[in-house]
Amino acid sequence: MADEITAIFALSVLVGAVRIGVPLLLAAIGEMVVERSGILNLGIEGTLTFSAFGAFVAVEQTGSLVFGVVAGVLSGMLVSLVMAVLTVTFKVEQVVAGLALNLLGIGFAFYLLRAIFSESGTDVLSVETWDVVEIPLLSSIPWIGDIFFSQHWLAYVAFASLPLVWFGLNRTGFGLELRSVGDNPKAADLRGVSIAKVQYLALLFGGFMSGLAGSFLSIFSTGQFFPAIAGGRGWIALAIVIFGNWRPGRILIGSLFFGFLEAYQLTLQAQGSDLPLNLLLAMPYVLTIVALVVNRSRSNSPLHLGAPYLRGVR
Amino acid sequence: MELLGVHGVTTRFPGVVANDNVSLTIHRGTVHCLLGENGAGKSTLAETMYGVHRPDEGYLTLNGERLDLRSPKDSIAKGIGMVHQHFELVKPLATVENVALGTTGPGRLDLGKVRARLEELCEAYRIDLDLDTPVGGLPVGLQQWVEILKTMYLGVDLLILDEPTAALTPVGVERLFESIRRMRDDGLAVILISHKMHEVTGISDRVTVLRKGKVIDTVQTDSVQAADLVRMMVGRSVELSKATNHPPAGETKLSVTDLVAGEPSERGSLCGVSFDVGAGEIYGIAGVSGNGQDALFDTIVGVREPDGGTITIDDTDTAGMDPRTVSKLGVGSVPADRINQALLMDFNIDENIGLGRHGDRPFSIRGVLQRMAFRRRAEQAIEDYEIACPSASHITRTLSGGNLQKIVMARELEGQPDLIIVHQPTRGLDISAAENVRQRLIAERDRGAAIVLMSEDLDEVLSLSTRVGVMFDGKIVGEMHHDELDLDRIGAYMAGVLDTTDTHEVVV
Repeated sequence: MADEITAIFALSVLVGAVRIGVPLLLAAIGEMVVERSGILNLGIEGTLTFSAFGAFVAVEQTGSLVFGVVAGVLSGMLVSLVMAVLTVTFKVEQVVAGLALNLLGIGFAFYLLRAIFSESGTDVLSVETWDVVEIPLLSSIPWIGDIFFSQHWLAYVAFASLPLVWFGLNRTGFGLELRSVGDNPKAADLRGVSIAKVQYLALLFGGFMSGLAGSFLSIFSTGQFFPAIAGGRGWIALAIVIFGNWRPGRILIGSLFFGFLEAYQLTLQAQGSDLPLNLLLAMPYVLTIVALVVNRSRSNSPLHLGAPYLRGVR
Repeated sequence: MELLGVHGVTTRFPGVVANDNVSLTIHRGTVHCLLGENGAGKSTLAETMYGVHRPDEGYLTLNGERLDLRSPKDSIAKGIGMVHQHFELVKPLATVENVALGTTGPGRLDLGKVRARLEELCEAYRIDLDLDTPVGGLPVGLQQWVEILKTMYLGVDLLILDEPTAALTPVGVERLFESIRRMRDDGLAVILISHKMHEVTGISDRVTVLRKGKVIDTVQTDSVQAADLVRMMVGRSVELSKATNHPPAGETKLSVTDLVAGEPSERGSLCGVSFDVGAGEIYGIAGVSGNGQDALFDTIVGVREPDGGTITIDDTDTAGMDPRTVSKLGVGSVPADRINQALLMDFNIDENIGLGRHGDRPFSIRGVLQRMAFRRRAEQAIEDYEIACPSASHITRTLSGGNLQKIVMARELEGQPDLIIVHQPTRGLDISAAENVRQRLIAERDRGAAIVLMSEDLDEVLSLSTRVGVMFDGKIVGEMHHDELDLDRIGAYMAGVLDTTDTHEVVV
C-alpha cells in the first residue's frame, strides 16, 4: 500500500515535471538562438506575459484555440521585433532594452486587459483550453507513456524543435552565419554577412518560441490570464540557457530538471511537508550558479554576447 | 595591364581626412606596396578598395569600368579579397567553417566541397594546417594563413594584405613571400601594406608612398633606394638612433637569480634566469618570442609570483610582491601589450597618465580625486612627450599606437624611477614614434636609471644595449658586452644551439 502511494506520488511529480518544463524549454530554446546571434534578450518575462495575454484574448473573443496560438505567437514576435528595432537598428544597450520590454510587456498586457474587459471580474474570466493529446500505443507504455506521451501537442512540438534547432545551428549555412555573428560580428560582416538580418531573424525566432511558451501558460494549462502569469519563468529560461551552456541537449536537461524541482515542490506542498519549501524553490538558482562556476573555463558563451555591433569602430 | 584604378579618392572621418585626393593604379601580375607611417591612411585606402568605406569624393575603377562598392559583399563578388591587420576570425569555429562563412547559401551546409578546395590550396602553398581545430587554438602564424585561405578560397584577382607579417616569424615571412610571388606569377595583383622597409624592397614591384593621407609618389621599386623611400615616408631623413657611448654601469639595481616560473615543459616558462643590471646601464634581452620573456617581465614587475629564485631590487627581495609595492620601490614598467595591459582605452588621457598614483597627493586629497591635478599633469606630459591629441581630457581609444606608447612612458617614467623595465617598447610603432621611444630610453639611461630592454627587434637591442643577454627556453643562454657583439654567436644563442651558461656539456 505504501509502495503504491509512493509510486503515484513519483508519477505525478514526473508528469508535472514535463508539463512545467515545456514552456521553459520553448522559451530557453528561443533565447539560446537569440544569444548565439550575440543578442542578450532579458525581455523574455515580458514577452511571455504579453503573448499569454494575446492568446487568451484571441480565444476569449473568437472561441478558436487555433487563433489563440496564432495570436500568442504573433504577440511574442511583436515584442521581439521591438527588441530588434531597439538593439539591432538603434544599437540601444541590450540590458536596458530587455528590462524595459519586461515592464512594457507586462504593463501593456495589463492595460489592454482593463481596456478590453470591464474593470470588474477579469480575475474570474476563463477560457477553454487545449486538451491533452495521448499518442496512440506509446501512451500506454507504463510510466514513460504517462510522462512523455500524454502531454499537450505543444510539448511534442517543443521536443521536436530540439533536433531541428540543433541541425539549423550546426548543419546549415544560416546557422554558421548566426554563430559567427554571435562570436565575431566583424568577421562575418567582412565576409558579406548581414549582421542586422541575422539578428532580426534570430530575435523573431526567439519571439516565436516565447510566443508559444506564453500561449502554453494561458490557453493550454490554466485557461486564464493574470498579470503575474509568467511567474518568473522568463528569468528561469535565461538561467537554463546558461545552465545548458548554450547547447540544445543540455537545455533539455535543464528545462526538465527545473520542471522537476518545481513539480516536486508543488506536490510536497499539496501533501503538507516539513521540508522548508522556500529552500527547494531556491534550488534551481543555486544549481545554476554551481553550473556556472563549474563551466567557467569551458564556457560555450557567445564571445560577442550583449555588445552592439558598430561598423567601423575599433 | 591595369586592374584597379583609384581616382581622386577622399575619405573623411569625424575630425580627420584619412585619404586626401588619392590616385593610383594597380596592375595585374604585380606586387604593389602601400608604404607609410601609422596613420598615413594605408588601411583606410585598402578598406575603401574593399568596400568597407565609401569615398566622400572620387571613385574606383575595375578593368576600366566604374566600380561602386557598397559593402565587402560587392568587392568579394568582384574578385577583391582582403586580409585584415587584426585577424577577423571566429575563434570557436574550425578553419573550414571560417572559410565557408559567407560563401554558402542559408540552407544545408556542405563543408565537404570547402574542405576539398582547402586541401588543394594547402598543398599548393605547402601549408600544414589541421582544418578541424577551432582557429582560436591555432598558433598566430597559422591563424594568419587561415585569413589568407579565406580570401584565396573566394578566387580573387586582387588580394590586399594589411601588414601580414606583424605576427610572423622570419621563416614564416619568407614562406608568405614565396606564396605571394607565386600568386603574382599566377597573374594576381597583390597589394601589401607595410611600414617595414626590407619587406617593401624585398618583394614589391611598385611602391606607393603615403603620408598624412596623401600620395607622395608611386615608383618602381627597383628604381629607388630604400633611403629615398624612408625620406618620402617620414618627410625628413631619419637615422636609427644608436647609443654611441656606453657609460660604465654603476651599482647594481636589479639582480635576478635562478628565477623559476611554471613547469619546464610548458612553453614560455622560466627555468632559472640569472642576470643583473646596474645604474646607467641598458641590459638588452634578445630572443625569439615565447622563450619566457612574458613570464620574466611579469615576475619582475610583480604580476606573477615566481616558483623559485630571487629578485632583488636595490637590497629588497621583491619576489612575490604585488605590482603596486614593486612600483613604489621606484620601478617603471612598460608592458608589451600596451592596449590590454597598460592602458584603459575608454578612460581619458589624463586619467591614464595619473593611474597608479591616483590615490596619492596631489591626485587625490582625502580620498577625493582632484581632476585639475590630473589635467595639469597630463598637459605637462603632452607637452614633454609631444603626444598628438585634441586635449588632455580626450578619450584614449582614438589615439595612434605611437601616442599610446608615449602616454604609458609618460606615466611610468614620472618620478624618475631607478629601474625601468620595457617589453617590446616599439612593436607596431612607425619609424619616428619608435625613434622617439628609443631616444627616451637613452636619455633615461644617461640620467642614471637601470634599464631592462626586452625586445624581439634584434637591431633595437643591439643598438641600444650596454650588455645583451639572449633568452632561450626560459634561460639566459648567453651574455655579451656591447663591444664584443657577434651576430653569429647571438644567432646561435637564439636558435638554442649554443649555451655558455650551462654547466653541462653542450651537444651542438
